[in-house]
Amino acid sequence: MTPGPAADLTVVTAGAQMFADALNSQGVATVDVAWTPPVAGTEDALTAVMLDRRRVGANAKALTAMTSAGAALVDVRPAYAALDLEPGHFLHAGPPLTWDRMPGPLRGALIGAVVYEGLADTAEQAEARLDAGKFTFEPAHHRGAVGPMAGVVSSSMWMFELHDETTDHTACCSLNEGLGKVLRYGAYSPEVITRLKWMGDVLGPALQTATRVTGPIDIVAIIAQMIQMGDEGHNRNRAGTLMLLKEWLPALIRSGLPTGDIADVVAFVSGNDHFFLNLVMPACKLMTVAASGIPGSTVVTTMARNGTDFGIQVSGLADEWFTGPAQVADGLYLGNYGPADANPDIGDSAITETAGIGGFAMATAPAIVRFVGGSVSDALATTRRMYDLCVGENPRWALPIMDFRGTPTGIDVTSVLRTGQLPQINTGMAGRVAGVGQVGAGLVSPPMRCFERAAEALARRVSP
Amino acid sequence: MTRQVEVRSGMYRDSVGLMQVSRDLRALDGVSSALVAMATELNVDLLVSMGFEQPDGVTPSDLIVGIEAADEDAIARAHTALDSALAAGPSGAGLSDGSREVPPPTILAAARRAPAQLALISTPGRVAAIDAADALAAGLDTMIFSDNVSLEHEVALKEIAADTGLLLMGPDCGTAVVAGVGLGFANVVRPGPVGIVAASGTGAQHLMALLDGVGIGVTHCLGVGGRDMSSAVRARSTLTALDRLDADDTVSTIVVVSKPPAAEVAELVTAHAERLTTRTVLGYLGAGQPDLTATAERVAAAVGLSWVAPRRWGGPVPTSRQGFLRGLFVGGTLCDEAMLIATSELGVVASNIPLDGGRRLDASLTATGHTFLDFGDDAMTVGRPHPMIDPSLRLERLEQELAEPTCAVVLLDIVLGVAAHRDPASDIAALVRQYDTPVVVALIGTRDDPQGLEAQATALAEAGALVHASNAAATREAIALVRRSRA
Repeated sequence: MTPGPAADLTVVTAGAQMFADALNSQGVATVDVAWTPPVAGTEDALTAVMLDRRRVGANAKALTAMTSAGAALVDVRPAYAALDLEPGHFLHAGPPLTWDRMPGPLRGALIGAVVYEGLADTAEQAEARLDAGKFTFEPAHHRGAVGPMAGVVSSSMWMFELHDETTDHTACCSLNEGLGKVLRYGAYSPEVITRLKWMGDVLGPALQTATRVTGPIDIVAIIAQMIQMGDEGHNRNRAGTLMLLKEWLPALIRSGLPTGDIADVVAFVSGNDHFFLNLVMPACKLMTVAASGIPGSTVVTTMARNGTDFGIQVSGLADEWFTGPAQVADGLYLGNYGPADANPDIGDSAITETAGIGGFAMATAPAIVRFVGGSVSDALATTRRMYDLCVGENPRWALPIMDFRGTPTGIDVTSVLRTGQLPQINTGMAGRVAGVGQVGAGLVSPPMRCFERAAEALARRVSP
Repeated sequence: MTRQVEVRSGMYRDSVGLMQVSRDLRALDGVSSALVAMATELNVDLLVSMGFEQPDGVTPSDLIVGIEAADEDAIARAHTALDSALAAGPSGAGLSDGSREVPPPTILAAARRAPAQLALISTPGRVAAIDAADALAAGLDTMIFSDNVSLEHEVALKEIAADTGLLLMGPDCGTAVVAGVGLGFANVVRPGPVGIVAASGTGAQHLMALLDGVGIGVTHCLGVGGRDMSSAVRARSTLTALDRLDADDTVSTIVVVSKPPAAEVAELVTAHAERLTTRTVLGYLGAGQPDLTATAERVAAAVGLSWVAPRRWGGPVPTSRQGFLRGLFVGGTLCDEAMLIATSELGVVASNIPLDGGRRLDASLTATGHTFLDFGDDAMTVGRPHPMIDPSLRLERLEQELAEPTCAVVLLDIVLGVAAHRDPASDIAALVRQYDTPVVVALIGTRDDPQGLEAQATALAEAGALVHASNAAATREAIALVRRSRA
């Protein structure tokens, strides 16, 4: 008698197919890895990092930190109060860069912010002063803040302030201006400045009143609901926006503010499907910062772009940036715009993918899957591929169409380099030229270089 | 150039779908510019900025269409395309979810697809440690078939395995049997009371074949890699494997086989084995130690079955000729065992894998005196399959030695089993027929191996080779032939 099939044995095979065939012929089930060599040149660093005995435990810890962080909207107030931001000092998206390397949309947004702050009378004057080095810049991430697209924040802009009780961290984000010609896409025309002034005079104070009366609003819980309602939290925030508005409405109506102002505020918020993005982002920032600084962890805690460089941060390497050239998104363009009009990737909004939603939760947003290239099936496949790059799942954010599997969470630098597959980011596209605004939306990936550099740095930190 | 603006009321399509339609219209011959969009304020501005006339009295629930084209024909073509795009509704494959087929790109991803217990890794040696670390992180016992994994990485992997209580088999673990299932170059064995721990792939295969020859079955054969009993690795996997077998009630006798181990590591393993509740037979190869056949005989005694000397196939002893012994092996441990016997009988021998005190061949591998070559050695398998799969390198050398006047006898091994060459005997038999040089073959296989033990032996014997089921016996016959030629 030859041995019967080992019904209870399942073998994962990686490498020569003949060994899997030999097992199958013995009646043994195999799961065969579609193995490809790691990204060339990273073999030694990857080996050192994979053999680091801290890695598995550190990544588990990072995942737990990320998926158990809280995020409640506690206040709405100007950046000078929320972030101690001085006039003449500006925050921007992505990793650090100097004025001379700033792309059109970032320059445009800074010009607009300088005018908005009254630090120049005209756009030309603002640009000349920026050129002359009169002002200082800093990544929003360095202040625990995040900003979509150009991400420019000046001292009197109003901010959402979110707090995580577990870690006592705070994260901030500006109020979303809507679509079209807006500062974050690099537009700085008078209508942009006028809208910003209204946001500072009416919208900000109204939402402050509403928030303070309503009490802390659990943003993590709203995100949990929105991703069951067709929002992936990056390019689609429609359900989230309306749910947040619903929270504020009783307090707004009772606020005693002029009825016209309340109506304007409600119309502005409900008319902007992306309004809630600026709450999703700081919530994701609180999650990822909770997972930062765990020695030996290879989990990505930041992905951010400034329109010139794409930068990532990795838990085990704390606040160090690893950068590569930002790519132009592949997607659909507004009007007659085309790839030549688009600026390379910009914005801190990839914090959503870093926390496991956005492109990672594409499966839950069939309404926008045509950005992926056409089919719902592609969207499902995208989310499934992202699971393979991540250390785990977030049980708080369940995807109904994936049988309520949690969102893929905690991008592992080693998985990216081993598979050659990059995280998928859903994004808007800004015009290359300062002042143009949005030209389209689509999909983009980080440059592999970021991950290569991070792996080298992780390998250097492996204790012998 | 013709420009046309059209408003279609009461038709809603989502913006992404319309962006796609706009893009498709722009791609049409003769169309230079097109916008199909819901008439939001933003989109109306966009339409105007593209040079179209501002439509009056539109609301965001109206669809606006602006087309700029070379002539009326092109406008008409664009309209036709637009109508069919809007009539078709959303494109796409719907919910026919082909995404479930996304193949796992890593071992961890594969382990998430289905609950697994074991990983079998045969990726290139330079990166196999990466995959092995992934497998251990996924909580899988792991067999690394790949060779050319560095000693440093082997130690690191075995430390991780020890941390997590997992068994790491290998690297360079050519064979294993787990619960009756053969992995790698496994022989088909029948279940039985014996569990083997093997720091030697072909050593384990030979032991299993010898036991099979007397009807003794093997339930597990846990390979631990040929370096496991070196000073650097300190038998980390051997100790785990011993504990696993000790805990298995179906195993009544444990056998340890190893290439010549480091003395202090042999002591460590011996001491560990003495603490087990299961009876353990230790079969370390080495000068003055029992050969594999003698170990098999001890196992038979331990199991309580009678021993019959392994078979020999072949006719009368061929004519003697002057010269040296040439051993051409695919199994490293079989080569070691033959060299141990040959050294004690003939004195120092040369090899690409010399024993302590043996002579190392230079890189050209030119034979000098009694010479033993292991074609399965790491250095010989860089960038090519193992000689058990691809016999061409050894066949080439076999022909060269058979034609060489100073070669008195060729000794070689043939290893059968799952995943090995389908018919290794026939090419060798053809060469044996062509030349007068005596050839002695150690044929390692079981009754149930797919190549057919009996058929392989018969093909070789009919060609004039002397065929032994025991590598030690084959070696001794080859030595006797050399001695006779010198007498």
